Amino acid sequence: MSTIAIDKAGPTRKLGSMSRDRTWALRWSYFFLVLFAIFFLTPPLYMVITSLKSSAEISAATNPWWVFHPTLANYVELLTSSQFLRFFWNSTIVSLVVVLVTMLISIPAAFALARMKFWGSTTLATGVFLTYLVPDSLLFIPLFKMLALVQDITGITLLNRWYVLLFVYPTLTVPFCTWIMIGYFASIPKELDEAAIIDGASWLQTLLRIFIPVALPGLIAATIFAFTVSWAQFLYPLVFTTSIDQLVLPVGITTTLIKGDVFNWGQIMTGALLGAAPPLIIYAFLMDYYIAGLTAGATKG
Amino acid sequence: MADVVVEHGRVARTASARKRTGLHNALKRKSTVAFFLTLPLILLIALFVLYPALFSIHLATLNKSMQKFVGFGNFTFLFKRETFWMVVKQSCIFAVTAVFFKALIGFIVAHFVHNIPAKGQRKWRGMLLVPWVIPPAMSTLAWLWLFDPSYSAFNYTLSFFGIGPINWLGDAAWARFSVILVNVWYGAPFFLIMYLAALKSVPDQLYEAAAIDGANWWQKIWFITLPMMRNIIAITTLFSLIVTFANFDIVRILTSGGPLDQTQIFATYAFRVGIESNDIPLGASVSLFMVPILAVAAIFILRDVNKRGNES
Repeated sequence: MSTIAIDKAGPTRKLGSMSRDRTWALRWSYFFLVLFAIFFLTPPLYMVITSLKSSAEISAATNPWWVFHPTLANYVELLTSSQFLRFFWNSTIVSLVVVLVTMLISIPAAFALARMKFWGSTTLATGVFLTYLVPDSLLFIPLFKMLALVQDITGITLLNRWYVLLFVYPTLTVPFCTWIMIGYFASIPKELDEAAIIDGASWLQTLLRIFIPVALPGLIAATIFAFTVSWAQFLYPLVFTTSIDQLVLPVGITTTLIKGDVFNWGQIMTGALLGAAPPLIIYAFLMDYYIAGLTAGATKG
Repeated sequence: MADVVVEHGRVARTASARKRTGLHNALKRKSTVAFFLTLPLILLIALFVLYPALFSIHLATLNKSMQKFVGFGNFTFLFKRETFWMVVKQSCIFAVTAVFFKALIGFIVAHFVHNIPAKGQRKWRGMLLVPWVIPPAMSTLAWLWLFDPSYSAFNYTLSFFGIGPINWLGDAAWARFSVILVNVWYGAPFFLIMYLAALKSVPDQLYEAAAIDGANWWQKIWFITLPMMRNIIAITTLFSLIVTFANFDIVRILTSGGPLDQTQIFATYAFRVGIESNDIPLGASVSLFMVPILAVAAIFILRDVNKRGNES
């Protein structure tokens, strides 16, 4: 009703052109979004297409974008191969333990840094952020040598064992998780924990009963981050582990499924897809937390 | 305050004495608690980040068998190698080009997503972020297969347009293009999400006021969107610069640095020299060259993050 009234009052041509502009802008937006979606989704879709093909179909060099004889043989083969399941198991156990360790280290530290002003607390917070910026490719060589030295001195086998990753992965996850947890904890009103302290709660009780429940969204975002980073890490396991039974998924797939110059692409794509599945499933269900964690890293300060 | 009120009614002498020790204890306890809460974090950073970083400087001054001190020998050796300068050049080209296109594509796509009705935005955002979610080692394998010389899906498609088979990873120029393309594909969604969040925080009134003043779309972007997003653009770009500069997975899986070390960047070259050729000191020296650039970017990020912290 109101639009009609305005149309009568104002110059009709102007308004019409504006809404036409708007419609065209929308059409162009959708057109380009479709183009970019094709660009972004081609590799994952191609993984799915190839994983459904038999090696005979792949080497027949028919239309690569279409499956003529879909088969689940690749999936069956990989999911019954003890070697692949071993990679999957290694990845799972490493990622879960690293998530646990990360949380046990970063939650108390973030709590202390957000609420207890102590000597050097601001320096430490800055240090945590700087550590987050240190890339893995800067430290893998000294870490490799360091672990070799520790192994020589103590006699404990560290290199070429999956559990060595439990020590090095937290260097990648803890700084970021601590950093975003500081942000979430600092945003909790002080009155809340002061009230708890007055009521006689200890520090531990304030943390467990107030901070963790209130900052749960941040905690979930941090957990997702820690999991995806540990799951996707490629350089450290490539350097520190070599025996087939000690490998995690990314390294396992890239090194064992490629045998010399023979590429069994159907299986490689299936393996890559299965390797990408856990982060993708988490993302599908917890997208909002995922994005919250992503944006919090640079915006919370 | 509550403490004082409660203690006020008691006998003055014992109350003050108890209060002092109580306060003292509490203070002591608070800092002790804080110390123990942050101790694991401090230990982790000291043992697995700070120590290796310093150890790396020490390693860089040793000879190959790590028994003799050679000072800057490794560095002067690298300076004389043509391959090393190629790595420096390629690292810079790779990082700058990839970050530029990631930022550009992220900016453009963020605008398109922002343009469409709010109802559909979630769906599109969800789809467009998929490259960032897949572990890069896994998705690069898909690209490797797309680029495959004999069964390449790209060449198959291009052949319909009469474009001859392209040797995506075998030809130096194309190999450089390919590693950048994959990096852009992987990193653009990150920019998209950051820019989308920033776009949503720009008040609509500014655009309305500009529209009344007769501003066209370009003026709106130049005078409203970009200044409002300046800080987030700076942080995201610097951050991505660090990550891209130190990238390993994509180049390693796609080309392993080949053909003839033409696509080798710092991380992959350090791996080739330090781990594969077993010359740990030389590898450590190579990776140390990343430090100055990373440090400059880190300082700027820290400045921007602190600025943001003070603003809010």
